[in-house]
Amino acid sequence: MSWMSSEEYANTTSYKLSLLSDTKRRGYKVSVKNLNSWFGSKQALKDINFDVKENTVTALIGPSGCGKTTLIRCLNRMNEMTSSATVKGSVYLDDIDIYASNVDPVIIKRRMGMVFQKPNPFPTMSIYDNVAAGLKLNGIRNKALIREIVEESLKGAVLWDEVKDELGKPGLSLSGGQQQRLCIARALAMQPEVLLMDEPTSALDPIASAKIEELMNELRKELTVIIVTHNMQQAARVSDYTAFMYLGELVEYGPTKQIFENPQKELTERYISGKFG
Amino acid sequence: MIGAAGYTLFMLVLVAASVIEGSMPIFSFEGIGFFFGTDWNPVEGREAYGALPYVVGTLVSSAIAMAIGVPISLGIAVFISEISPPRFGTPIGFIIEILAAIPSIIYGLWALFVFRFWIVDFIERPLYEAFGGTIPLFARTPFGLDIFTAGIVLAIMIIPIISSISREILKAIPNSQREAAYSLGATRWETVWKVLFPYAKAGLLGAAILGLGRAVGETMLVTMVIGNAVGANAIPDTLFSPSQTLSSIIANEFNEAVTVFHSSALIALGAVLFILTMGINVGARLLVSRMVKVTPGAKE
Repeated sequence: MSWMSSEEYANTTSYKLSLLSDTKRRGYKVSVKNLNSWFGSKQALKDINFDVKENTVTALIGPSGCGKTTLIRCLNRMNEMTSSATVKGSVYLDDIDIYASNVDPVIIKRRMGMVFQKPNPFPTMSIYDNVAAGLKLNGIRNKALIREIVEESLKGAVLWDEVKDELGKPGLSLSGGQQQRLCIARALAMQPEVLLMDEPTSALDPIASAKIEELMNELRKELTVIIVTHNMQQAARVSDYTAFMYLGELVEYGPTKQIFENPQKELTERYISGKFG
Repeated sequence: MIGAAGYTLFMLVLVAASVIEGSMPIFSFEGIGFFFGTDWNPVEGREAYGALPYVVGTLVSSAIAMAIGVPISLGIAVFISEISPPRFGTPIGFIIEILAAIPSIIYGLWALFVFRFWIVDFIERPLYEAFGGTIPLFARTPFGLDIFTAGIVLAIMIIPIISSISREILKAIPNSQREAAYSLGATRWETVWKVLFPYAKAGLLGAAILGLGRAVGETMLVTMVIGNAVGANAIPDTLFSPSQTLSSIIANEFNEAVTVFHSSALIALGAVLFILTMGINVGARLLVSRMVKVTPGAKE
């Protein structure tokens, strides 16, 4: 291409397209490729491969210790928080390999929100400030805008009606289920493209869990949800796709209906029917 | 158990009573003016005793120590618990524990024979030469035995204490708080400043107050480096002026205090120091309890 300077070439559509991984071209939001993870010398994830479509809910199920929490924490580089953990392989968010050396993990976490097993609101902050925390961290100073996003996020987490008159109260003054929805609102305020939920209802009573499950149906319209759950009924109720994991391996992945009604692998069938785990 | 409680109360009453009794003569001689007087003259017939310079010396040297020591201690604690990998953090933490256990007189010896010359050469003289003519704070030829040296050495002494306690406090913060912050796209710095420090502020304040308590009451180390000025001269007019603290003047003069007024004056200084440290302690407790006060209905 001698007729084009390198600068001009860098601006051509064909060059830009060539930079796209096939993740986006195939219409997937998240692609996991040959992902391995270790804690010290113990391998926790073995060669995981799967793709997640945009605006779907994907459930990760499996018995305790199968690596589902490790997997979801690898998806936004949260796993790096654990000092003994190492990761090999790739996770693509759209066309970005989030483990590439030039990718800032902070940016990845802003695009992929996370909700944890136990509600973890910031105890020194009010309900309002909890939701606004992420916005303030990202340098948004416009008070009116923050107010608007806080209200929107609390509505999105179906908490607004319960707290709208007491936004100044400490986040810890809420009940456990409300605290978890507060944490969801806090994650939503960042307007993430993907929401990762690590057993978000395991610490909650059935009524609070039902509210969060309902919420997931709403969230699917706006973003992509990946949820870890040890509750198979929950996976069957809320998810479009299900991944069954066992001993660090992804045994079977497919549409939820298929996994639960017509599993292809014997191991999946035995787990689904409650024969182990 | 009643015995133990009784013992502590008994000791408190005993100490308070004997300190008050011992200081009675000087209060009947100087009256309330003892607290505000600046003269200090033990010569019989010309006696004058005032506590003000030593209160000022104590507060200023401790303030210098806190201003230098607290930020450095927090930095060390954050480095060990949040930044360094365990294979560095653990040995550093261990070394700090050892530093915290060094008797203060050893810091004092080192400061007197080694460190004060460094302070003069590398900090005080450059400051004096640069700003001595313009800023009154530095307008005095430095010799190294002054309130600034005392403040720095006090800071060196309290840094291990404050940083090892702060480290424990930071370590006790549940990981879920860090994860919450990181999951919102906070950098490590933002996590420390906006999440961890607010979470632990009561404990960190307690650690700082503990260091302040040590600095205010520290005796030998200060006596060795503060320059031991007496009377109005002990009120430092520059950073490089010699001064005197409540405890250092007691340590300097208890041996020569043969007259009733002289020994009574020293005991009265002890009473002032007692009130000062107690005030700091009570104030700190109030501050901490105000900070951790939980709104009704709140739960963990």
